[in-house]
Amino acid sequence: MRKRHALSTRIWHWVNALSVIVLFMSGLNISNAHRFLYWGEWGFSPEQAWLAVPRFPGWMTIPGRYSLSAARDWHILFAWVFALSLLVFMLAALRNGHFRRDLVTRWAEWKPAAVLGDIRAHLKGHFDVAGSKFNFLQRAAYGAVTFILLPGMIFTGMAISPGMDAVWPWLLDIFGGRQSARSVHFLCAWALFAFFVLHVALVLLSGPLKQMRDMITGGTDDASA
Amino acid sequence: MHRRNMLAAIGAAFVAGCSRIGESKWFEALVDGAEGWHRGIHRTLGAGRIALAPEYQPSDVSPSFRGNGTTEIDRPDYKAALASGFPEWRLAVTGLVDTPLELSLDDIRALPQRTQITRHDCVEGWSAIGQWTGPQLSSILALAGVRPSAAYVVFHCADILGGAAYYESCDMDDALHPQTIIAHLLGGEPLPERNGAPLRLRIERQLGYKHAKYLTGIELVASLDGIGLGKGGYWEDRNGYQWYAGI
Repeated sequence: MRKRHALSTRIWHWVNALSVIVLFMSGLNISNAHRFLYWGEWGFSPEQAWLAVPRFPGWMTIPGRYSLSAARDWHILFAWVFALSLLVFMLAALRNGHFRRDLVTRWAEWKPAAVLGDIRAHLKGHFDVAGSKFNFLQRAAYGAVTFILLPGMIFTGMAISPGMDAVWPWLLDIFGGRQSARSVHFLCAWALFAFFVLHVALVLLSGPLKQMRDMITGGTDDASA
Repeated sequence: MHRRNMLAAIGAAFVAGCSRIGESKWFEALVDGAEGWHRGIHRTLGAGRIALAPEYQPSDVSPSFRGNGTTEIDRPDYKAALASGFPEWRLAVTGLVDTPLELSLDDIRALPQRTQITRHDCVEGWSAIGQWTGPQLSSILALAGVRPSAAYVVFHCADILGGAAYYESCDMDDALHPQTIIAHLLGGEPLPERNGAPLRLRIERQLGYKHAKYLTGIELVASLDGIGLGKGGYWEDRNGYQWYAGI
């Protein structure tokens, strides 16, 4: 009998959860250093900003007091844990078929009527789909997070680094400038936060103890059983 | 409200745990190690070529260039020099060199000049774009003759911040990099006071705090021990900022 979650998926899930939380909270501390976001290459004063970001309180930040240097140490160190674990997970998921089997969506599923139907079923609490581990909305959400938001954090993060911009100038071309990359970095971080809230809420609504246990022990694959 | 309090409590407990880790010796060692990898990786990825910071078009220049850190030197001798165009200002080149130098602004203007339009990235997150002109540091170092034992270049400054003299340092790779210049012009005009008049370092692959302003001396050394508090720069010594500021 196959496990519901492969070992590589489980290890990555928890390493990723820890590193994303540390990155998010240290990132909020860094945000406090200059609370304005811009588009393009440059921007340095409030009247040029498209967004004035609120100051985040100490209980939301790492460390718990304002320290740009300490927050940067945490952020840059955990960026390595985050990026390398994502790379290993992606290689494993390509090899063991997780991506192909569980995260790929088909064009037909993206038709508005089909998507609305899925949302209606979701809101009524019908999450399971016969013959598949994840329903369409799960595959779309996990796919967007895995292939767009998480890599997006890495590439926008590298584009903010002046040393990386000298080595790989195309990073700036992708995002339309360093300040644009910084803005997209911030937006992707909050999109990930929104995913986190939704993800935890749906786990709580769908047998949280079994879900947590399965993500630790692996559980059994109901679809193939 | 109750939920929110609980969330704040969980957050605070996690933050307190992280703070204890953050103050431990092993975490400090890990972070210092990571700084070395970043420098190595940035240099390695540029292998086979000299990785240049992006240069921009005149139309990309930002309407003004923000000053940060020291933006004013409140000493009568400096103010008088600023008003008269710094005729007595000298840039000393000392340390592990064959010929120590004392360069006036005329000497610096007489050297071959490089003009570059580059982006300045502050550690806080903002950026400005400006056009800088000045001799390459490599040509000044060639005049002085750097001894093989020199491993770092230390930049001494005229500004005193919080009771201590500002200074910075870099390795020889950055010192000899073609875009590392001693700028005396910004946008074709002598540097404004807030941007480091009369001379500032441009070290384009690193963050703003490395770009020492109000330069008075360049010192070639074998080790950063014994310079300032030993961490290679004003903010490195006082606030724990990374010495390699390529990220």
